[in-house]
Amino acid sequence: MGTMVLSESDLIALVITLKLAGITTLILLLLGTPIAWWMARTRWRFKFMLEAVIALPLVLPPTVLGFYLLVALGPHGPLGGLMDWLGVQRLAFTFTGLVIGSVFYSMPFVIQPLQNAFTAIGNRPLEVAATLGASPLDRFFTVAVPLARSGFLTATVLGFAHTVGEFGVVLMIGGNIPGETQVLSIAIYDHVEALEYGSAHWLSGGLLVLSFLMLMSVYLLNRRFSVVQS
Amino acid sequence: MTITARFRIKRKNFVLDVDLNLPGKGITAVFGPSGCGKTTLLRAIAGLEKCRHGFLRVGDMQWQDGKHFVPVHQRSLGYVFQEASLFAHLNVRRNLEYGVKRVPVSQRKVSMDRAIALLGIEPLLERRTNQLSGGEKQRVAIARALAVSPRILLMDEPLSALDLTRKQEIMPYLESLHDELDIPVIYVSHSLDEVVRLADHLVLLEEGKLKAAGPIGEMLSRLDLPLAHSDDAGVIIQGIVAGHDDDFDLTYLDFPSGRFSVARKALSVGHAVRLKVAARDVSLTLEYQSNTSILNIFPATIEEIIPDGGAQVMVRLIAGEIVMLSRITRKSATLLDLKLGKKVYAQVKSVVLLT
Repeated sequence: MGTMVLSESDLIALVITLKLAGITTLILLLLGTPIAWWMARTRWRFKFMLEAVIALPLVLPPTVLGFYLLVALGPHGPLGGLMDWLGVQRLAFTFTGLVIGSVFYSMPFVIQPLQNAFTAIGNRPLEVAATLGASPLDRFFTVAVPLARSGFLTATVLGFAHTVGEFGVVLMIGGNIPGETQVLSIAIYDHVEALEYGSAHWLSGGLLVLSFLMLMSVYLLNRRFSVVQS
Repeated sequence: MTITARFRIKRKNFVLDVDLNLPGKGITAVFGPSGCGKTTLLRAIAGLEKCRHGFLRVGDMQWQDGKHFVPVHQRSLGYVFQEASLFAHLNVRRNLEYGVKRVPVSQRKVSMDRAIALLGIEPLLERRTNQLSGGEKQRVAIARALAVSPRILLMDEPLSALDLTRKQEIMPYLESLHDELDIPVIYVSHSLDEVVRLADHLVLLEEGKLKAAGPIGEMLSRLDLPLAHSDDAGVIIQGIVAGHDDDFDLTYLDFPSGRFSVARKALSVGHAVRLKVAARDVSLTLEYQSNTSILNIFPATIEEIIPDGGAQVMVRLIAGEIVMLSRITRKSATLLDLKLGKKVYAQVKSVVLLT
């Protein structure tokens, strides 16, 4: 193992990774909560199709997702063309583009735990709240959200951890621009390519420990929630 | 005040189709076998079940009329579900406060303290809901429903999920609600015993349709209804404690057409009581028997006789102002030559004091 610790560009990659994961998780919680709530309660008969679409990133190679996003966001893609026409900066190979890609990529990891948690609550607590004078929005925030807190915790940590571990999508639509779109997983890849095994060890080990700690805290807290609730 | 309810609700394997006028006070029991639509009716009254062309008026409040539909959270009602359904993320006190906080101060008539006292849950307030027994949970749920000062209380078989001991633990609280509350209570049940103890008025549902409705005393003694054919068929008599016999440890209970002597009860003179006389505890004789161990004997006239299974008949009697039922064998009825209008003596072997 080499003596060198982390270079400045490694630290910047770390910051970008954490920022990307944080923003992505926040966006997914804001978008995913209403979608998960709706999916947990609707009796729409084509719900299964939407569920399949949301689960797609679980099985698709990330490069496929990244490829289509690149095409869509690029100068000849529908979104890229629209951006050009509006005079907005193009999204491919930018941090914003990365966020968009990550939102799609990590979507099932946030929506599925939330949907499961909302489904598990069932109708009864909400009916009780209604008979006690709570409006639909009131019931959602004072009954559904607190009862689904373990689902929120799981969704947050899985969404965050999964975005940190992203590689293929980032490579396709983010490029590998140090200080802008270079994230940890790609920095590790670069180090290995350049035979800098010392740096690769530090980054990989750090990521491993970080991911383990995050998942462990989820399982620990969820156990405490379930003990309190049962 | 009255409650007018018209609903037609189609479900997979049954249709609820009722047009009801319920009294605006006392406890109205909605009684019938499982699957007859009792719960659906109660949920429709609460607004938890929507039906397109319903009509619902509770006193001066129009809750549903055609397209006009007041959502559940804007109806002043208390609802007690079959399972206590307490909020798991709140302790007992916060469960009670959840409803109270959402009632405008000007509309708070029942204080939270009164609801707590009525159900005897003061010692439980700081507990988590998972630290309560089944009976305690249901008492908290009833207090929570009352604490919102509802204009009507709806109860969906609140005792059915409990074992016998827990039922007996809650029954006194329910009986006291009867005397303490001045709001109407609609109580869904499939237990005749609960109905007999609690209800003033009875609505009988069968396969989603109204079979009969009326004051409980009248309904129990109607031979055309299934109630008079159940094992514990009988009548309810309102009485009053007239005095005690210290020599024999008896209590005298006066009712409109006579006096019952029962084993001594710790009740003060003048106390109103509700008695049940079971049909199987009433035997008939043609002459007044003085050589008998039975203390309670009343002259009566036979009003109706109908078969009750192969071996038995059910006899409806008028004793002064009250009606009694007597279940005797068909053989006895033949030997005594019982007919309508015949004078007999009703010997009442035992009386159950309900409250």
